[in-house]
Amino acid sequence: MKLTLRVWRQKNADADGAMSTYEVDGISPDMSFLEMLDTLNEELILKGEDPVAFDHDCREGICGACSLVINGDAHGPERTTTCQLHMRSFEDGDTIDVEPWRAAAFPVVKDLVVDRSAFDRIIQAGGYITAPTGAAPEAHSTPVPKPDADFAFEHAECIGCGACVAACPNGAAMLFTSAKINHLNVLPQGAPERETRVLDMVAQMDEEGFGGCTLTGECATACPKGIPLMSITGMNKEWLRATRKAGKR
Amino acid sequence: MTSYADYTTGEPVVDTKAPTGPINERWDTRRFEAKLVNPANRRKHTVIVVGTGLAGGSAGATLAEQGYHVVQFCYQDSPRRAHSIAAQGGINAAKNYRNDGDSIHRLFYDTVKGGDFRARESNVHRLAQISVEIIDQCVAQGVPFAREYGGLLDTRSFGGVQVSRTFYARGQTGQQLLLGAYQALSRQIAAGNIEMHPRTEMLDLIVVDGRARGIVARDLITGKIDTYFADAVVLASGGYGNVFYLSTNAMNSNATAVWRAHRRGAYFANPCFTQIHPTCIPRTGDHQSKLTLMSESLRNDGRIWVPKAKGDTRPANEIPEDERDYYLERIYPSFGNLVPRDIASRAAKNVCDEGRGVGPGGQGVYLDFADAIRRMGRKAVEAKYGNLFDMYQRITDEDPYEVPMRIYPAVHYTMGGLWVDYDLQTTVPGLFAIGEANFSDHGANRLGASALMQGLADGYFVLPATINDYLARNPHHEDVTDDHPVVREVVTETEDRLARLLAVDGDRTPDSFHREVGELMWEFCGMARTDSGLRKALERIPQIREEFWRRIKVPGTGEEFNQSLEKANRIVDYLELAELMCLDALHRSESCGGHFREESQTPDGEAARKDEEFSYAAAWEFAGTGTAPVLHKEDLVFEYVHPTQRSYA
Amino acid sequence: MARTVWDSSVGKKTVMAVSGLVMLAYLVVHMLGNLKIFFGSDEFNGYAHWLRTLGEPFLHHEWALWIVRVVLVVAVVAHAVSAYQLSRRDIRARPSKYVHKRARASYATRTMRWGGIILGLFIVWHILDLTTGTVHADGFQAGHPYQNVVDTFSTWYGNVIYIVAMLALGLHVQHGFWSAAQTLGVGSRARDRALKTVANVLALVLTLGFVSVPVAVMTGVVS
Repeated sequence: MKLTLRVWRQKNADADGAMSTYEVDGISPDMSFLEMLDTLNEELILKGEDPVAFDHDCREGICGACSLVINGDAHGPERTTTCQLHMRSFEDGDTIDVEPWRAAAFPVVKDLVVDRSAFDRIIQAGGYITAPTGAAPEAHSTPVPKPDADFAFEHAECIGCGACVAACPNGAAMLFTSAKINHLNVLPQGAPERETRVLDMVAQMDEEGFGGCTLTGECATACPKGIPLMSITGMNKEWLRATRKAGKR
Repeated sequence: MTSYADYTTGEPVVDTKAPTGPINERWDTRRFEAKLVNPANRRKHTVIVVGTGLAGGSAGATLAEQGYHVVQFCYQDSPRRAHSIAAQGGINAAKNYRNDGDSIHRLFYDTVKGGDFRARESNVHRLAQISVEIIDQCVAQGVPFAREYGGLLDTRSFGGVQVSRTFYARGQTGQQLLLGAYQALSRQIAAGNIEMHPRTEMLDLIVVDGRARGIVARDLITGKIDTYFADAVVLASGGYGNVFYLSTNAMNSNATAVWRAHRRGAYFANPCFTQIHPTCIPRTGDHQSKLTLMSESLRNDGRIWVPKAKGDTRPANEIPEDERDYYLERIYPSFGNLVPRDIASRAAKNVCDEGRGVGPGGQGVYLDFADAIRRMGRKAVEAKYGNLFDMYQRITDEDPYEVPMRIYPAVHYTMGGLWVDYDLQTTVPGLFAIGEANFSDHGANRLGASALMQGLADGYFVLPATINDYLARNPHHEDVTDDHPVVREVVTETEDRLARLLAVDGDRTPDSFHREVGELMWEFCGMARTDSGLRKALERIPQIREEFWRRIKVPGTGEEFNQSLEKANRIVDYLELAELMCLDALHRSESCGGHFREESQTPDGEAARKDEEFSYAAAWEFAGTGTAPVLHKEDLVFEYVHPTQRSYA
Repeated sequence: MARTVWDSSVGKKTVMAVSGLVMLAYLVVHMLGNLKIFFGSDEFNGYAHWLRTLGEPFLHHEWALWIVRVVLVVAVVAHAVSAYQLSRRDIRARPSKYVHKRARASYATRTMRWGGIILGLFIVWHILDLTTGTVHADGFQAGHPYQNVVDTFSTWYGNVIYIVAMLALGLHVQHGFWSAAQTLGVGSRARDRALKTVANVLALVLTLGFVSVPVAVMTGVVS
């Protein structure tokens, strides 16, 4: 396959960026999208040019590092991570636009690499259960109904890639934040911190400069792990409940 | 000039920390004998932790909970991305919830036997003991393990074990356990007890007066090289499978932290013990950048076969039943498709070497679910393996419900690593290694679902107990600063190395060298090794290294985000580590676990151990790049599990 | 608690949801009242008069109407201010656009902001036209709403403004109602179809109900 790539190039956080055009040839349909970029980079290095920087690591769709907007879609046309997108999803001769996640809370580090530490700070604000090592009771002392365990798992699947933010026209992190809240708040182990968790995480999310939810559903469509839009509804419910309870105290 | 293969043998290493006495009391004894640091004084101790995977994440969180000041590093943009996240299958624990005869002793026994009697009994027993606490800990953190309708935890049997002791969270157990550790870590970061440095890569170890006192690390965004000082350094930087270029490791997983520590005096043990996982998706071409593993739980219901005839190019579905060779079921009638990983991998290699492999290049065997679908129905297969089937289809564009999957072995895990004593301390005082970075618990072969167990055992329970003893016994060090001559020297060396990489301005990319050394290792130090092959590799590696320093091209500068520079610098270390792996494989002229020497096999082609000669862990002491290292043997004593030839027939 | 709600993006959305639902309830009543126009001027004008006497003798004359007006003004202001502030936050959160553009989300979702502005402007015009008569076309007669309505819808621009606004209202309600349910946390997978159906029905009924009046005037059914 022969392709034309238009790639966002930006030297560093402070520099201005622009799209640059590259031609790549001899691309196999079995290549992953990142392997196609590897091919481009090998050529750029030999030409003495700066290779395109992009985040990637596990390349099996679970670490959440890869983060490209391809032809306007976070992670490209298939519902998967960029690393699991294969070139067979494109046609020979296509022009493909590759851009970084765009959101105020995710500043560009270089080229296609962005800073997603805001997500870490949201988790730090309350996305955990306080269970110091050694203090745990016997695992079977608290049975968890299977539907609750499954619900928790479904939300715990979030890989923190940030595609939800990238896809959201408001740059909102609601889907990310709600996934963790739903995961932990449904479990009996998460109950003692149920209210503080949601209040603190939502406050941190606002603090980081993410936008608000207008329920466009773009986040859930882009999510490679299929976190449902209803996750946000669940978070809203938890937030209202926590606010009411906090008001009574 | 003596050649690298002419190693010398030095003093044996003895693990002075493992208590004697009944094996089930040793961990208690050690914990009791260990000195404690007064809780009020812990704040004054700084501990560096490199890596945020299961081992590093859990250790950092736990040390911070205990009151230590933790300074932690990861090269990823977030601690949540460490490669433990990719583990699929599950985590073993001797809970015996199934009442199927499991016990701590059985898990201990299975692990020692599975490791082909090349692991230390005391460590393995401790691992089995701690396994039960890990499950409690993770459940308390909210890890959403699979549950049954009654609300209790579900378990399954896994990887050649006859009890059902593997706890799992669908096919994403590693992810869920890692997120548990990451969340515990996050809590401590928020509390100000951990100073977290993401996108910061350790490039060297600072050893002052014989003690590990800090690291040199590079900020991957600005390129700035900084020093960090501490009272102890913990390496939790994972394994070195990426020496092979193609492996199931993450692209950026690397050996730099452990190799630099090795160069600074930490012995490297059993480097040739690598695990080749049998159920990976075969490569499709030269562009392949990594291999993807599929959980070996697939072997519970899938049947592995190749055509009986060589060079049979018919599509799988057109090959009649009597022309198929279900070779694992044929050779190992009692274990069949569930033989341990090393055996399944080697068998696949053998049939492919015979010319009976399938798919592009003949590097693959079929994993067929047709019988399972007939027996259980498509729905049941979908419920059990749906996500794996989807993943396979996404990568290969083939529908595994219709045509058999193609699988091939790939490098997956490295049992070798820095030599550590019972306290997980390396031969450099104050330097600890945990998780896959050490060599400690798996011997020559790791059982399925045991890596997660070991990482968390080390991080949550073992290290936090043993590091106390070190810190309590070494309470007052003079402060080390940037002005210290040793520090200045290490920093200069690091800066020079990077500057040199940038200055060569040759005509080959970092990846081209990585691929070259990886292919060499796969060929000569992969699933089957021979004396002549290893010697050939040992001859070739210094040549590649020489060519590397002559022809490497790294664009850009060191004062910026430069992924090519990161890569090239890691390859420098692979090019030395590869040599040690080959030497270790050459010197160990027996077969054991994942290490198969063609010269040492039973008449029916099984690995033949030579216990009289090789019942030891080989700990290598660095002597200089390309200079023959010194071998220190740690004799392995088996008081509880008596070595027998493994037999899975 | 009020502070927490107002300061939080989730809380502000709650304000929008609640104020939106208040206005929606009013609109349903308003629309049903409008339909009385099909029963002739006496009934329509009588209904308008009755609205002023609502709640008597407990309430003073026109008080009920004023209470409704105050509630509505509060709702409109709360809705608009939160919308403005949330939109500002959203725009700040996504300062640079993607170079590669493609259509996103449904028409109703994308038009919430513009739809809201259109509706805001319409409310102003609507009050000046039929409540105060300030911009009324042809001699506003207080107390004769039937005639006033017929006058308005006898001009081309009156019809255009009204119909465009009612179409915007339909789209706004369609997404807004469902959206409010999510914000208030009452949505769920099981309820989602029902909520979407209710939203669609409400949007359709409101739009048709309101638009039927100008159409009737134009076609001479009402004159």
